[in-house]
Amino acid sequence: MRRFKRLLPRGRTLVTTVPYLWLLLFFLVPFVIVLKISFSQSAIAMPPYEPLLHWASEKMLQVQLNLGNFAFLVEDNLYWKSYLNSIFVAGVSTLLCLLIGYPMAYAMARSNPSTRNILLLLAVLPFFTSFLLRVYAWIGLLKNNGLVNNALMAMGVIDEPIQMLQTDFAVYIGMVYSYLPFMLLPLYSNLEKMDLTLLEAAADLGCKPWQAFVKVTLPLSLPGVIAGCLLVFIPAVGEFVIPSLLGDPGMLMIGKVLWTEFFNNRDWPVASAVAIALLLFLVLPIMYLDRAQNAANEEGERT
Amino acid sequence: MRSTTRTAMLAALTALLGFGCGKKSEVPPAPQASGTAPSGPAAPAEDKVLNVYNWSDYIDPRVIEDFQKETGIKVRYDVFDSNEVLETKLLTGNSGYDVVVPSAYFLERQIKAGVFQKLDKSKLPNLANLDPEITQLAAGHDPGNDHSVVYMWGTTGIGYDAARVRKIMPDAPVDSWRLIFDPAVIAKFKGCGVSVLDDPTDMVATVLLYLGKDSNSQSEADLKLAEEKLLAIRPFIRTINSSAYIEGLANGEYCIAVGYSGDMLQARDRAAEAGKPVQIEYSIPKEGALMWFDTLAIPADAKHPLNAHLFIDYLLRPDVAARNSNFVNYANANARATDLVNEDLRSDPGIYPTPGTKARLKPNLAKSPEFTRQLNRAWTRFTTGR
Repeated sequence: MRRFKRLLPRGRTLVTTVPYLWLLLFFLVPFVIVLKISFSQSAIAMPPYEPLLHWASEKMLQVQLNLGNFAFLVEDNLYWKSYLNSIFVAGVSTLLCLLIGYPMAYAMARSNPSTRNILLLLAVLPFFTSFLLRVYAWIGLLKNNGLVNNALMAMGVIDEPIQMLQTDFAVYIGMVYSYLPFMLLPLYSNLEKMDLTLLEAAADLGCKPWQAFVKVTLPLSLPGVIAGCLLVFIPAVGEFVIPSLLGDPGMLMIGKVLWTEFFNNRDWPVASAVAIALLLFLVLPIMYLDRAQNAANEEGERT
Repeated sequence: MRSTTRTAMLAALTALLGFGCGKKSEVPPAPQASGTAPSGPAAPAEDKVLNVYNWSDYIDPRVIEDFQKETGIKVRYDVFDSNEVLETKLLTGNSGYDVVVPSAYFLERQIKAGVFQKLDKSKLPNLANLDPEITQLAAGHDPGNDHSVVYMWGTTGIGYDAARVRKIMPDAPVDSWRLIFDPAVIAKFKGCGVSVLDDPTDMVATVLLYLGKDSNSQSEADLKLAEEKLLAIRPFIRTINSSAYIEGLANGEYCIAVGYSGDMLQARDRAAEAGKPVQIEYSIPKEGALMWFDTLAIPADAKHPLNAHLFIDYLLRPDVAARNSNFVNYANANARATDLVNEDLRSDPGIYPTPGTKARLKPNLAKSPEFTRQLNRAWTRFTTGR
């Protein structure tokens, strides 16, 4: 038994090495490359930026860091406006997902086990179709002579088609539709694990059902809420597929700005700087949330 | 230039986001007779392999088949659907391709970056078949046509649903850029649906043509003027997109679109197939229009340059060029192929413009990085309407 225990940490190291290696290879290395390009200067060459290192003389290796790209992001209001707008759109989408996802997850978690599996399957089912196709399908539904408008006109509710496509409304529909499962699943797994006897205890102590929900269920489900919100919010900030397909062309999104920098201006360094700045914008609040969550967990364990 | 930029960038981004919509369709090489192939005139030093990277649906598949049969060279054929995708591959180097098909506007700056090798014209006897007028214009992008051969070409003009436009405005100036850039005119079509290209260089150059200025101007004052004109019509434009208008025109979602010549033809055919009561017409306005070229070029690091020359020369044969044009519905630059092209294609002034119209076409030359940045910044102000 003791020998077995001594073996244990090694096995654990082995298991944790794999995800670390994965992160190193597919997150850290690409990040360093992008970071490197962001300090470079664009050039008409292959690749289209100046190298950071160059030999000044035989024994002198010079490092040239160009901070101008980051300064440029501050100078032009386009960038921070796009960041703010992306964060706003992502924030609203996350909130909508939460408002719709929470009751759904709750109902799923409280339904009887046989229907629960079917409901779970239904929630994941959209992933069997390509994301792009599903967004395209919304075009068919929302356009002026699309399904929704035609149905409303046939029923006599409206005389003229409502312009739904290329509006913010369509963007939020697309966002909520696409990201709802990411909210639903962590919430469901959290709510499903909840100890229902706690609710009985609350009832015994005189809580009305809604009070029990607010005082017991909601606080206990907070980790699920945070996980779901992050899973929706993070990809939603960088999202530009949905806005560009369903939204007004004037919708300013950081993803589109990044694309313009990279492809239209062919300025890889500035594009990289935009990406790095976006990452910082996202990572800092997430680290904060993560710490808050850990603190909450510890507190929960203590009591 | 049949820019489906949007779809490409979407595909790239969705892949990045982890939605993995899979690799874009790669057309498998046409069935070949690899075992029984007669040994062709390929140089012995090179493997009998050729890697081609072309736009999707931009060649008659039987042409590749026949080339393989004739030369014994196995063609590995990949497709892209935007210049940006191609450019990124070329600029990072080691693309692995021997023949690529960039639009001339992109080719021009790629040549400056050292992406392509000079063509060995002694290996391209069929160059003599090309229309000197078109090669001359294309030389604006590639001085002396040293690095590229024009494969197909076309124009950026106005596609419109004739019946609906005339119903709204019987004397609509469909032969003029006024239809788009005169706020008083375009305002009438707001409800009917107007789409313009999401292509800053093309759109700004076109506004300059309308204003009677040099479309290749890089002056700040001209850009400012163009931006003002664009902002004035912004409220009347529903979509700014370089590919959605094909479907949009065909199903009646838009009635006026600024776009590429071949796309308009495609919209017309799609409407006919779907049995929609839509009559799409394409107009090259009298103020002139931009002309674009899709060119064949050989990357500097190509592993099979001899095979690449053979393939390019094969595509320059009149009968082959005509077959490709018939298949893709674009004009080729091959003067001796014109008579072999289908009657309805070669008599369509939107595809094969009359000499008078041709004289008013302008190549859209690459701009300096500084001007490009200003241009794209102005374009963002236009799209966001502020």
